[in-house]
Amino acid sequence: MLIAIISLGGLGFVLGSGLSIASRKFHVELDPREEAVLKALPGANCGACGFPGCGGFAAAVVRGDAPVVGCTAGGVSVAKALGAIMGVEADVVKKVARVYCKGGNKETTKKFIYEGIPNCRAATLIAGGDKTCQYGCVGLGTCAVVCPFDAIRMENGLPVVDEEKCTGCGKCEMACPKYTIRVVPADTKFVVSCMSVDRGAVVKKYCSAGCIGCGLCVKTCPYGAITMENNLAFINFEKCTNCGLCVPKCPTKNIEDYLIKGHEPRQESA
Amino acid sequence: MQLIKGKGFRGGVHPPDGKELSRAKAVVTLPVPEKVIIPLSQHIGSPAESLVKVGDIVKKGQKIGEAKGFVSVPVHASISGKVTAVANFPHPAGKSLPAIQIESDGLDEWAETVKENPNYKNLSPDKIKSIIQDAGMVGMGGAAFPTHVKLSPPANKKIDTLIINGAECEPYLTADHRLMLEEPTKVLEGAVIVAKALSIKDIFIGIEDNKPDAIKVLADAARSYEGVKIVSLKVMYPQGGEKQLINAVTGKEVPSGGLPMDVGIIVQNVATVAAIYDAVRFGIPLIERIVTVTGSGVKEPGNFRVRIGTSSLKLIEAAHGFKTEIGKVISGGPMMGMTQYTLDVPVVKGMSGLLFFPQSEVKSYTPEACIRCGRCVAVCPMGLLPNMLGIYAELERFEDAEKIGLMDCMECGSCSYVCPSRRPLVHLIRYAKTDVISKRKKAA
Repeated sequence: MLIAIISLGGLGFVLGSGLSIASRKFHVELDPREEAVLKALPGANCGACGFPGCGGFAAAVVRGDAPVVGCTAGGVSVAKALGAIMGVEADVVKKVARVYCKGGNKETTKKFIYEGIPNCRAATLIAGGDKTCQYGCVGLGTCAVVCPFDAIRMENGLPVVDEEKCTGCGKCEMACPKYTIRVVPADTKFVVSCMSVDRGAVVKKYCSAGCIGCGLCVKTCPYGAITMENNLAFINFEKCTNCGLCVPKCPTKNIEDYLIKGHEPRQESA
Repeated sequence: MQLIKGKGFRGGVHPPDGKELSRAKAVVTLPVPEKVIIPLSQHIGSPAESLVKVGDIVKKGQKIGEAKGFVSVPVHASISGKVTAVANFPHPAGKSLPAIQIESDGLDEWAETVKENPNYKNLSPDKIKSIIQDAGMVGMGGAAFPTHVKLSPPANKKIDTLIINGAECEPYLTADHRLMLEEPTKVLEGAVIVAKALSIKDIFIGIEDNKPDAIKVLADAARSYEGVKIVSLKVMYPQGGEKQLINAVTGKEVPSGGLPMDVGIIVQNVATVAAIYDAVRFGIPLIERIVTVTGSGVKEPGNFRVRIGTSSLKLIEAAHGFKTEIGKVISGGPMMGMTQYTLDVPVVKGMSGLLFFPQSEVKSYTPEACIRCGRCVAVCPMGLLPNMLGIYAELERFEDAEKIGLMDCMECGSCSYVCPSRRPLVHLIRYAKTDVISKRKKAA
C-alpha cells in the first residue's frame, strides 16, 4: 500500500514538474486580439471567408491577411466588433441571398424525367437540367443543403430564403450551377426574378412567371432605374428608390417585392 | 494478311446485344432531305465559326464553318441550297447549340472544291494530314475527337502501329458491321492512307467475333494488302474502348493519364478511315455517315446512309415509324449514348445510332446505398474502384476520388450496368470529373 502511494505519487510529481517546466519553456506568446476576434465571430465554422474555420480567420485578421469585414456570415455587427478590436473602420452593409427565378414546378414545363443524383450541379450535366428553361433554377435544392444557417427551404421547386437567418455568406451562390441565387445588399427590395434572355414568345412557352421583356416596367419607373438588356429587365440598385411602382405593372408578376416579404413597413414613395 | 486472335482485356460486361434487329439490313441511302441543320460543334474541342450568313447560297461540300484553333474541325454543307438560319438549335448533346440551317434547292450540286485526286497514292504525309483536317474528319465511333490531332503526335513519339476499330461492342449498333461487309476496300484503302501519313508498317483491324461474316470479308479483301492483320476479338463490352482494344490486340497497356501514342499506337474507327478514303481520293469532306436506327420501338430497324444535319424525324420515317408509344430515345449505343428529350435533333458526325424503346420497356429505379458487393470493381475495364468513386462523389470528396484514379474512367457504364443497388455510378463519376476539371482549369 505504502509502496504504491510513494511510487505513484513520486511518478506524478516527476512527470508533473516536467510538464510545468515544458509549458514555461515552450510558451507561445499569443496575441490577445486573436482570442478577442475569435470570441466576436459567430463560431459556425462555415468557411465562407475562405479560411479554415473561425480560428483560421481570426488568426488571418490579426496577421493582417484578412479584412475585418471578411466574415460574411457575421454581417454588420461582427464586422463592427472586429473593427473595434483591430482599431480600423469597418465599412459594411448587410447582405442577403435573393432568388432570381420564379419558375417553380407549377409555372414551368419539363423536358424529360430526371432520375439521376438529387444535386443541382449533377443534374445540369444532363442536357442542362430537366426544366425547359435553360436559365432558371434547377429546383433540387442544393442551395438549401449547403446553407450552414438553415436559412433556405424549398417550396414548389424553388428556394425560399429566410432573411432573418440568412447571413449573406454566399455558400448558396457558390453551389448554384445556374447563378439563380445571389447575395446582394439587403436593401435591394425589388428584384426581377428571371434570368432568361430568350425572347418573350419563347419564354411564355415554357414559363408562366418569367420576364418576357415587354418593357412596361422600364416605362413605368420614374427614376430610370430599370433597363432592358437581352430581353431581360434589370433594376439598377443604385438608382432604385424602392417605390414599388413597377411591381403591379409586370404582366407575369415577375418582379418580387421583398418589402412585403420581410414584413417591413412600406416606405413612402417619393 | 494474317488472321489472329485477340488476347482479351480485364473486366467487361455482356449486355444483351440486340444486333439481330438490324444486322442483316443492308445500308439504304436516304433521299436528299429538304433541309438540314448543321451544328457548328460536332466534335470535341472548340466549336467551328460560321463562314456564312442567312441568304447565302451554298453547294454540297462547301466549307460553312471554320475550325477555331487546333483542336477543332471545320464543318461543311451536306446539301446545296440557301442558308435560312444561323441560330441555336437542339443538339444530340442535350443543349441548344449554334447551328446553320440550309434549305435544299433540290439540285444537290457539288462545290468546286470537291474534286477527285487520281494520284492520291503518291501524296506526301503532310498533304494527307492537311486534307484530313480540311475535310472536318472526326472519330466516327461516337467520341468525335478531331482525327488530325490524333495524326499529329509530338516529334519525340514514334508511332509504329495502327489499329482499326471494328469491334462495335455497343449493343444494338450495326452501322460499322454493315460498312465492313459492304465496303471493305474503302476501309482498307483508308487504313493504308492513315498508315502512310504516319509511316506505319503494322495495321491491325480488330473485329468482335460476333461478326464472323465481316471478319471473313475483310480477311479476303486484305489478302492483297501487305502488313494488314485481321484480329478476331472476344465479344465483351467495352471491347471497342481504345485502351481495351490496344490491350486485346497488342498486349500493351496505355499508362494512366496517357494516350495511345505513348505506347506508339493510334486507333481509328472503321467508319472514320472509310471517310478518310473518300476525302483523300475524291475530295469529299465528312458530310454523310451511316446511322443504325433500331430498338424494339421502331417498325423496321435498319442502317441508313444519311447526310449530316438530317433531322432524326427523317430517320424515324425511314424506319417506318413507331410500333407503340416511345418512352426512351438514345443517340449512340445504349451503354454510352445520350438520352434525347426531343425527336427533332440533327444527325451529327459522331452519331452512330438512334435507338427507340417503348414506354413499357423503360424502367425507373431508385438508387440505394452501396452494399460493397464489389461487382463494379470486378467489371471495371480500367481496374478502378467505381464503388469508392461513387461514394466520394456523393460526399463531394473530389480530391480523394482523384487520388484513386477518377480521371482514368472512360464512362463506359459497365459499373452502373451491374450495380445491384442501381446506383448512378457513371453520373456520380461525371459529376466528380467536372468539378476536378474546372478546378484544374482554374489552377492553370
